[in-house]
Amino acid sequence: MSIKIINADVSRGASTKSLGRRLAPYGFISPTAALLFVLMFIPIAMVVGYSVMDNVIVNKHPQFIGFDSYIKVLTNSVLPTAVMNTAVFTVVSVIAHLVLGLLFAMMLNTKLLSNVTTGLFRVIYILPWLFTVAIIAILWKLLLNPNGVINYALISLGLTDKGIEWLSSPATALIAVTFINIWAGYPFYMVSLLAGLQGIPKDLYEAAKVDGASGFQQFWSITLPQLKPIIISMSMLDVIWTSQQFALIWMTTGGGPINVTEMLSTFTYKLAFSNYQFSQASASAVMILVLSTILAFFYARYQKARD
Amino acid sequence: MATKRRGHLLKKTGLLVALSAGAIFAGFPVLWMASSSFKSNTEIFAYPPKLITEHFSFDAYIAILTDPTKVRFFINSYVVAICVTLLTLLVALLAAYAFSRFEFRFKKPLSMLIVSVQAVPPITLLIPFFGLMVVLGLYNTYLGLILTYMVFTLPYAIIMMTGYFNTLPKELDEAARVDGASSMGALWRILVPISVPGIVSVGIYTFMISWNEFLFALTLTRTPDMRTVPIGIQLLMGQNSYEWNQMMAMSILGCIPVLVLFLFFQRFFIGGMTAGAVKN
Repeated sequence: MSIKIINADVSRGASTKSLGRRLAPYGFISPTAALLFVLMFIPIAMVVGYSVMDNVIVNKHPQFIGFDSYIKVLTNSVLPTAVMNTAVFTVVSVIAHLVLGLLFAMMLNTKLLSNVTTGLFRVIYILPWLFTVAIIAILWKLLLNPNGVINYALISLGLTDKGIEWLSSPATALIAVTFINIWAGYPFYMVSLLAGLQGIPKDLYEAAKVDGASGFQQFWSITLPQLKPIIISMSMLDVIWTSQQFALIWMTTGGGPINVTEMLSTFTYKLAFSNYQFSQASASAVMILVLSTILAFFYARYQKARD
Repeated sequence: MATKRRGHLLKKTGLLVALSAGAIFAGFPVLWMASSSFKSNTEIFAYPPKLITEHFSFDAYIAILTDPTKVRFFINSYVVAICVTLLTLLVALLAAYAFSRFEFRFKKPLSMLIVSVQAVPPITLLIPFFGLMVVLGLYNTYLGLILTYMVFTLPYAIIMMTGYFNTLPKELDEAARVDGASSMGALWRILVPISVPGIVSVGIYTFMISWNEFLFALTLTRTPDMRTVPIGIQLLMGQNSYEWNQMMAMSILGCIPVLVLFLFFQRFFIGGMTAGAVKN
């Protein structure tokens, strides 16, 4: 996303260009333009249209009703819960992804161990990245089952006296889905930060050692500042992705029990496909679009500032 | 000198312990998945749990691979993911060629547009897509899913390929065109063959997106014969009794293509998946 589409300066003068040469680029971009028009612009126009009509999709001849659906969504008693859950889920996930990703990347970047050893650990650490969300959801349902292996370990260690219903108890469900999301998401950071660490010039550390800087001082004044651009752009991307997470929640808790894991995405999905309130769901979808446009704007501005 | 060496050894041991603890966190769930897929369903919650079962069997795999409905999930996923990958690459190469090598009206706004459509959240498009696919007669079809996924894979693919083409000297294809080759000929015979690493990265990324997609596969298909692997796993979960061993076997089978891509193309894989955040 950071790569700009750079203008090519065509060396030959415009007058010598043949008609075919001038028309060629339009031909090359037409499949893209057609696809984006039909499946991006029309749908966005449709969802905005749906949001100001009554009972779309269900009703064959919907009427214009203005902002009623928006008001219904904004006064829906579940909405504040969904917003709050999405915020907690996103903020905790992003911070934990970053901390774990950085920690693992630094451990793997060591010179103390042989390349074979670190290579082996690296493959193990990347593993969670290779599974689709559906598989991650089902796997953790097995692990976190009241009779599952995690509860067995906790009981054996004396931390609890009977199996905890991690995903179906209101007290723990949000913690559990957030933990699963942390497990699933840190490798992306780790891999990127590892690449970043390997790009830091060695002589910076050499100079710091000569000056007698401690390990922590080196981390604080060399490693972190050098990784800062990667950290910021990854965190921004992660905020955008995590706040839109649907599949993991849908397959582990479905937003329950009693809405404790309801997110904006599951809230909107249920409005449409469980309650058949397509107009309200569209209104909610439009508001999510506005929110993510704002996030994307900051991301784009940051990327531009980096160039 | 001796104390220094002892300090070194201590550091090394500490690091190994920390790395192993991390490896348990990262790897144990996966190990447990593999282990459970070889158990019988009654053994899944055996007390105490065993990592290596005494009754090791491939029954769960056989049950999946001999059930035509479940095999169909895999066929659907492969058909959709492979078609999306090939079509995305084809369309993206053409567009990237235009952006990298030609001047034309609307070039700037169009390229900005391609960058910005990536920020549109899937859930926003879900409801109109549902309506649109029904109207176009593409609901519950391969084509409906393929076109849908291309909307999400294409912008990234175009940006990546344009960036790749921009690193290649223009003289290469200019020379070919001077020698009488058409624009198309210059693209396919000159640029594409030397862009293989970029194409592989983009291809892997595209394949992964379509192989893993859940929300649209859930909403835009209806009958079991059109469901993809992620939805198939959810369907297994919805059945009356949980066949945990079969769900784990299906998960293992479901991650094989990604695992293979990762093992054989590790560098391209990581390059393709992280290019958004890391700048070269």
